[in-house]
Amino acid sequence: MSTLASPAPRTASSAGIPRKAGKRHYGTHIFLAVMAVMWLIPLLWSVYTALRPKADTDKYGYFSVGGAFNFDNFIQAWTQGGFSKYFMNSLLITVPSVLLTLLFASMMAFAVSRVSWKFNVTLLIMFTAGNLLPPQVLAAPLFEMFKHLTLPYSFSDSGNLLNTYISVIAVDTAFQIGFCTFVLSNYMKALSSDLTEAALVDGAGIWRQYWNIILPLCRPALAALGTLEVIFIYNDFFWPLLFIQSGDRLPVTTAINNLQGQFLSNYNLIAAGAMITLIPTLIIYLVLQRQFVAGLTLGSSKG
Amino acid sequence: MSTTAEKPAAPDSEPGTAGQSLAALGRRGVGRRTIRTGRVRRLTRRDRLVLAVMVGLPTLIQLLLVWLPTLFSIALSFTRWNGLDLKDIKPAGTDNYRFVVEDYPPFWPAMQHNILWLVFLALIATPLGLLLAVLLDQKIRGSKIYQSIFFTPVMLSLALIGIIWQLFYNRDSGLLNYLLGTAGTPAAVDWFGDSNVNIWAAMVAATWRHAGYVMILYLAGLKGVDPSLREAASIDGANAVQTFFRVVFPAMRPVNIVIVVITIIESLRAFDIVYIINRGTNGLELLSALVIQNLVGEGQVIGVGSSLAVILLVISLIPIVFYLIRTFGKESKA
Repeated sequence: MSTLASPAPRTASSAGIPRKAGKRHYGTHIFLAVMAVMWLIPLLWSVYTALRPKADTDKYGYFSVGGAFNFDNFIQAWTQGGFSKYFMNSLLITVPSVLLTLLFASMMAFAVSRVSWKFNVTLLIMFTAGNLLPPQVLAAPLFEMFKHLTLPYSFSDSGNLLNTYISVIAVDTAFQIGFCTFVLSNYMKALSSDLTEAALVDGAGIWRQYWNIILPLCRPALAALGTLEVIFIYNDFFWPLLFIQSGDRLPVTTAINNLQGQFLSNYNLIAAGAMITLIPTLIIYLVLQRQFVAGLTLGSSKG
Repeated sequence: MSTTAEKPAAPDSEPGTAGQSLAALGRRGVGRRTIRTGRVRRLTRRDRLVLAVMVGLPTLIQLLLVWLPTLFSIALSFTRWNGLDLKDIKPAGTDNYRFVVEDYPPFWPAMQHNILWLVFLALIATPLGLLLAVLLDQKIRGSKIYQSIFFTPVMLSLALIGIIWQLFYNRDSGLLNYLLGTAGTPAAVDWFGDSNVNIWAAMVAATWRHAGYVMILYLAGLKGVDPSLREAASIDGANAVQTFFRVVFPAMRPVNIVIVVITIIESLRAFDIVYIINRGTNGLELLSALVIQNLVGEGQVIGVGSSLAVILLVISLIPIVFYLIRTFGKESKA
């Protein structure tokens, strides 16, 4: 719980611990500064390449400072690459997946943590284990199951579940429920049982206990998990790659697989395209970094 | 396992203190609630129905889309099938496994690469993340900024990381060859294209993300270590290194377990980076990529792909079972 209350790791440790000041810290600072620069170089290089027109990099070389700097590559990559479409697809996949994951996971977590019954632990183990499997293990059967599930053409133009958003949403949800159930059930277990007991005395049914009492108390955990899951699912490359064949239905992360073919060896455009896909992540990073870190560390304190 | 959970243990446990893991907290909660449930709770028929739906729906999804396919994978690995008509599925015994092990050239390189990937993450990326966390846990100016920098790649998709590093590694336009002074000369290396070096280049790119991830988890872990432990160690005359390895590191056991599991699982799941570089061929063979190569495209050999998937599954089960035992078994009384 403490991770949630103050998600960002504390920099100073509590008083009374002797810390070596002076010399040692210079070494630390030099090391950290060098590492930080190394860490930033690949990213900054992409931004730098993206900001320069191809004509200038051809003339001066990529490793140079000459020429103009502008956003032309971004504009060209956006229109030529069809990014608005890909972002829409990402949105259509990510939002339902995250909402469904949190809904199902919170229901499951409520049932296994607030109501005592025989298979609690068994189910929790099954959910947690499922989340840890490499997705490639399930790839063939899921692909074939979706392919052989015949659907009316009015519902899906492939006649089956392949090439639909639903296939990706369903599998993303199934794959993420395990992790969220685990984290939420630990969170709910730590809530006092007096809360629901009081509601029980008032005659509240299970659903009201879940929806009106427990869920609102889980808001911090849900916010952290929600942020984490948005990033996870937005960043998911594999499932759309497997299920979606027509390029114009791909979400952004999978669509960048085609970037290199699309822009041939125009590295300036590729860099601009890559940086465009980074925008939603960047926004979440700036606005919700604390939530994201809280989500990650919530998952790790499960050990 | 369930018996431990049901046993009415520690009736008056305090609410969680900083050092306790959530799992341990939870277990006590279960024990306490069980006693009360016996006394107070009586579920109405409607409540039972609601509960059945709340449990049944997620369980059904989980079974249908995770565990059933896993079983199908195992079944398909003993068959010969081109993926077209269900009637064409023919039993094949262990032929697929024999083929993969004896006659499938990329298999052993892929095994080696997966092991190399694991060793690289375990010996370089994870310790680097731990080192960064320990340094940043000190009173250091700009710690937040450093944290943000090291943490940035964690939020990026592995596919995007592949592209970013491609731009960095390129033979003609990449920064690395310029920095090495080899750009434009015959000595310039295509870091992702040259099958002698590309696995190393890919692992460096993976480290970029993994170290930041490990750092964040350890920073939270270090924060959870009871300060009085360090105090006691320093009173006993332990130096900083001794304090860390003998006292602080063992005290972070729950986090250590998670890190071990994450490191192993990540190295088995490695897929996106190599797939975006060259679909996992030419020096970048990984088990996960081989599975997919056998499933898509023409000449689908579902049986071979599935047997590779099962091999991947069996290896994955080692860390998964280890983690489940640590988390849910009796041993994990933190």
